[in-house]
Amino acid sequence: MNYHILREIADSWVLLALFVFFVGVFFWAWRPGSRPVHDDAAAVPFRHENGPASVTNPKSGEPR
Amino acid sequence: MWDWIKIAVWGIVALLAALAANFARDLAYQVHAILVMLIAGGMFVWTVRHTDEPKGAAETGYMDGVIRYGVVATAFWGIAGFLVGVIIAFQLAFPALNLEILHGFGNFGRLRPLHTSAVIFAFGGNALIATSFYIVQRTSAARLWGGNLAWFVFWGYQVFIVLAATGYLLGATQSKEYAEPEWYVDLWLTVVWVAYLLVFLGTIIKRKEPHIYVANWFFLSFIITVAMLHVVNNLTIPVSIFGSKSVIVWAGVQDAMTQWWYGHNAVGFFLTAGFLGMMYYFVPKQAGKPVFSYKLSIIHFWALIFLYIWAGPHHLHYTALPDWASTLGMVFSVILWMPSWGGMINGLMTLSGAWDKIRTDPIIRMMVISLGFYGMSTFEGPMMSIRAVNSLSHYTDWTIGHVHSGALGWNGMITFAALYFLTPKLWNKTGLYSLKLVNWHFWLATIGIILYAASMWVTGIMEGLMWREVDANGFLVNSFADTVAAKFPMYIVRGMGGVLYLTGALIMCYNLWMTAFGNRVPTAVATPAE
Repeated sequence: MNYHILREIADSWVLLALFVFFVGVFFWAWRPGSRPVHDDAAAVPFRHENGPASVTNPKSGEPR
Repeated sequence: MWDWIKIAVWGIVALLAALAANFARDLAYQVHAILVMLIAGGMFVWTVRHTDEPKGAAETGYMDGVIRYGVVATAFWGIAGFLVGVIIAFQLAFPALNLEILHGFGNFGRLRPLHTSAVIFAFGGNALIATSFYIVQRTSAARLWGGNLAWFVFWGYQVFIVLAATGYLLGATQSKEYAEPEWYVDLWLTVVWVAYLLVFLGTIIKRKEPHIYVANWFFLSFIITVAMLHVVNNLTIPVSIFGSKSVIVWAGVQDAMTQWWYGHNAVGFFLTAGFLGMMYYFVPKQAGKPVFSYKLSIIHFWALIFLYIWAGPHHLHYTALPDWASTLGMVFSVILWMPSWGGMINGLMTLSGAWDKIRTDPIIRMMVISLGFYGMSTFEGPMMSIRAVNSLSHYTDWTIGHVHSGALGWNGMITFAALYFLTPKLWNKTGLYSLKLVNWHFWLATIGIILYAASMWVTGIMEGLMWREVDANGFLVNSFADTVAAKFPMYIVRGMGGVLYLTGALIMCYNLWMTAFGNRVPTAVATPAE
């Protein structure tokens, strides 16, 4: 185990894996059917302004 | 039981600190040991007096006390950092201001790291801790995890700041830019930072929202990456357990590369990723509508994470660093332009359909100019990383101007906007004390930045050109002292820019104080266009 082995792994398989992950992120973000999920996520800051979600009604939380 | 353990720990720490103060090999270490002794002794007495007091019922709402302290600390350290900045700006213009009585403590060389650390780590760091605690609770719909651990993070971080700042003045520094604190201060920061990670991650894990909001992704990457950078760049061996001096394990160009891998990613993850976390929460909140494109924010995040980490070598063009490494850094810096502008566009376009708010809401105006400076400095940065441009810009004040358009424009303005947003909410007020004063702050700060950046462009490019100017026989035309003399007027302009920026921040502090603790009914907002 020395520098050259690490170097060879880094610029072959690790490079490939990172590149595939990076490109995969784009496809994942634009996958069909992601719009409602993203619309829901983008609305997160507007949901629980004044208090944590209550156990009985996890969506609404305390009065706004 | 827990109280008794605490009493024992505080007592032992105070005793060990007293011993360390006695055996100290240098002044900085001695002062720090005495400081630790006093803090631990004070905590010992306080814990003894409050032991076995009945505890109230566990609170269930959001934990906002620590955030209120964070807002106050951000404002306080901001003023301290800007003030020291103004002082050293005038010390450069008028060397006589390195007063005789302050030699060894208050001259430029000692005050300069005090300024950079005060604005980046004290002002910026407190802003990041406070806003991340605020945002992670609201977007996770959960109270902060870990109970009083959040308080430990806050006070532990203040202790780190005080130790770092007093260390610089007394000469304890490892001479690594943005990583000057010596080994024991580094160790302490590591402990505090791990606690910070635990509080943040614990809150995300117990979240009630199915999705982790994008701001939290940015904050989490900031916390984890800064931990990694800090540990690797501070692998030092102390010369003595009773002294502040330590020796880094890296040597030569490896040390330089590690330092700028740290240094540039401190910019990338502390001053960019963390502050983008603020942007992705406060801009939608203040505009009253969700972020322009959530998909783009995901791409922005991953592209920034993947590319930033490689950009460090552009600080080492034309050095002993191999060419391939500095070319790699340069290429990644240029590619980085794209995700940066993607993020800027995402923030600005969040206002589409609400552009009239720029006229009626000075806080939105601050956010817009902050994003404008983010875009400006993320264009300027890649350009300056190109080797040919760097051969002119490097070692000149152009670099200083670039840093300040990013720090004053992007980081400062988004932080001010966040403070204006948070203060009425945290102190249960209906609105700010005065929007007119926000407007004053906006214009003073903006004109201050413009004076700063413009004067540094002029003086930086001028000195770069003067340094490389040769006559027909190949001799250098200018001596170094010629460039120093030529820069004098621009140094005055820069100092004036700093004074304007500081004045604006003082107005902000007055406004925030009156909002939180004053009794006046807030003034009406300008009427929105219908």
